[in-house]
Amino acid sequence: MPYLIKNGIVVDPIDETLTELDVLVDNGSIVEMAKDLTAPEAEIIDAKGCYVCPGLLDMHVHLREPGYEYKEDIESGTRAAAMGGFTAVACMPNTNPVADNAAVINHILERAARVGVTRVHPIGALTKGSQGKELTEMADLQAAGAVALSDDGQPVMDAGMMQRVMQYAGMLGLTVVSHSEDLSLTAGGLMNEGAVSTMLGLKGIPNAAEEVMVARDILLAENTGCPLHLAHISTAGSVRLIRQAKSRGVKVTAEATPHHFTLTEEAVQGYNTNAKVNPPLRRQEDVEAVKEGLKDGTIDVIATDHAPHAYHEKDVEFQYAANGLIGLETAVGLVFSQLVQPGILSVPQAIAKLASNPRQILHLSGGKLAKGGVADITIIDPNLSEVVDPAKLQSKSKNTPFIRWKLTGLPVLTMVAGKPVMQKRRLLR
Amino acid sequence: MFWQRKDLLGLKYLSVEEINLILDTAIPMKEIIGRKIKKTPTLRGRSMVTLFYENSTRTRSSFDLAAKFLSADTIGVAAASSSVAKGESLRDTGLTLNAMGVDVVVIRHPASGAAEYLAKYIPAAVINAGDGTHEHPTQGLLDMFTIREKKGSITGLKVCIVGDILHSRVARSNIWGLTKLGAEVRVVGPATLMPLDIEQMGAKVYTELTPALEGVDVVNVLRIQMERQQQGLFPSLREYSRLFGLNQARLELTKPDALVLHPGPMNRGIEIDPQVAYGSRSVINEQVTNGVAVRMALLYLLTGGEYDAISH
Repeated sequence: MPYLIKNGIVVDPIDETLTELDVLVDNGSIVEMAKDLTAPEAEIIDAKGCYVCPGLLDMHVHLREPGYEYKEDIESGTRAAAMGGFTAVACMPNTNPVADNAAVINHILERAARVGVTRVHPIGALTKGSQGKELTEMADLQAAGAVALSDDGQPVMDAGMMQRVMQYAGMLGLTVVSHSEDLSLTAGGLMNEGAVSTMLGLKGIPNAAEEVMVARDILLAENTGCPLHLAHISTAGSVRLIRQAKSRGVKVTAEATPHHFTLTEEAVQGYNTNAKVNPPLRRQEDVEAVKEGLKDGTIDVIATDHAPHAYHEKDVEFQYAANGLIGLETAVGLVFSQLVQPGILSVPQAIAKLASNPRQILHLSGGKLAKGGVADITIIDPNLSEVVDPAKLQSKSKNTPFIRWKLTGLPVLTMVAGKPVMQKRRLLR
Repeated sequence: MFWQRKDLLGLKYLSVEEINLILDTAIPMKEIIGRKIKKTPTLRGRSMVTLFYENSTRTRSSFDLAAKFLSADTIGVAAASSSVAKGESLRDTGLTLNAMGVDVVVIRHPASGAAEYLAKYIPAAVINAGDGTHEHPTQGLLDMFTIREKKGSITGLKVCIVGDILHSRVARSNIWGLTKLGAEVRVVGPATLMPLDIEQMGAKVYTELTPALEGVDVVNVLRIQMERQQQGLFPSLREYSRLFGLNQARLELTKPDALVLHPGPMNRGIEIDPQVAYGSRSVINEQVTNGVAVRMALLYLLTGGEYDAISH
């Protein structure tokens, strides 16, 4: 079925332009992009006042399948993605079994083909079982469809091992996604170290726990030439280290999450387990530094670290609660409310961090709407508001600190390969 | 004034008036403890459970006696011997006790925030008897009662807390309560046992004992846990004692009538010299008596008692 997207503002994140164009889609591709298009046989999608964007890609998601389907599965996770305006997600390998071999990657891709609502790009493990001891069969993972490699959640503590990981991944041109955390500095920490952790009597995690590893991995990337992507950057010191590394030409990219550019450690007050996340929510000056990094391009990507956990894993004493929060369905609203409306990012800059930059890092095509290109499209209404209601979330888990937040700027269409999967805030399948 | 709160979770959350109400109510309670027949019918038909997830002798006995002196019925649940060992959640354990008709749950728990978490889910009154490294409000209150009784008033006093501040819920409750009542609170201990930004709670931070002790009215010595040495937080008990142990010579730095407090149990010869512990300035045993009085006051207030009814 052909679709004609009328009266929208087409966002080009690469040329940083906004142009009023109609977009005609047929057979999974963009057939034409021009002003005042007509196509009598096409279904009209009115996008007046809305941004027509290349399909968004969240490169840091935990779909929990296989192994933890009680938290999330590929179907529910991609439904959440579609609802959040994402046409594609990259899923982390900390499943059970760990995605450290081609069989698990194949399984994820087969399940995604059968039940996935959006595209799914698996990320393979760096080391077997993410134990930090032996290299995975990276070439095999790559051939099976892994788009990058990471031991997310289980940092490779041994620097020598990380060096070999980066030499080998670099040989294959695979990006290494680093969860930068020195476990000897975290040492059982539960939240950011500071006045709030002191008052609540919760063991603190210093900024250095992240920065020491960011510094180490930048040096190893410099030595090996391997492309390095630093996940979920949370501190001012990390932003400074990345900025310096980029200025001397190291192949390093970085991401920030909506919760790290929106919330501070204060969100933990009252022992709010939905604000328990790793890396932890930091201080205001760190939030400002992350925003500054997003603005000046030091931070390339906005990704959610969507980490679903079941109710009973969060409804416990704070120190026993699981780390992480869901992010797919609130990301666009937070980007527009926290970054675009205050003028920190222009719309094309925001879409670059949500669509084109992550695809470049993962060596995926797309990220720009063009005639003849794949019709993965997200339409965002910058004026539409909604209050976050846990009952309406598509994710199996409801662990978000943004419940009851009013967000403005929401996706109103998610189109994958020319087919709408979400339209007017409703899933179509 | 009347007591309004369902629970006692921490001194951070109390107003000056509420703290004074508890301390005032503890005065007649202490008088009851001094009687030959230590029993009043005040809380007859009321029940209290002590739900302890950590070992404790003194706090648990103190609550138990406080309840019994007021004629409340008491039971004790120790985590190791209950369904907790079978993996029951704190919420479910609390709901079960509540459903049995308990009026007050006294909880001690290794996780900070556990009392607050429990209080959210059960209608019964919850008293925090120590949660992780967060607060130990009844210890804070008994320390304040002891100081007030000896000094007349807390306003304007200088109080020095010595030791492992990082892991101390006693220190946190004391800082909140004492600063609210207008005392100057100093904390001193090794840099590795000093929590970040504790100044923001209103305390003055010292890493040397001598200046910290100068001119203070009260020294509160904390217990040093032996396991902190294995965790690499200080090199040896010998060095700890040499730098932060309170002995007679160091006590001379304080005001001549300064009080010495210790929440117990003591490591004699390490954080406190026996000469000081048993000396004329020590009020360590009175703290224990006052603990029962303060807990009687709390049980009374939390079950709906009014201060006027007992004081006249």
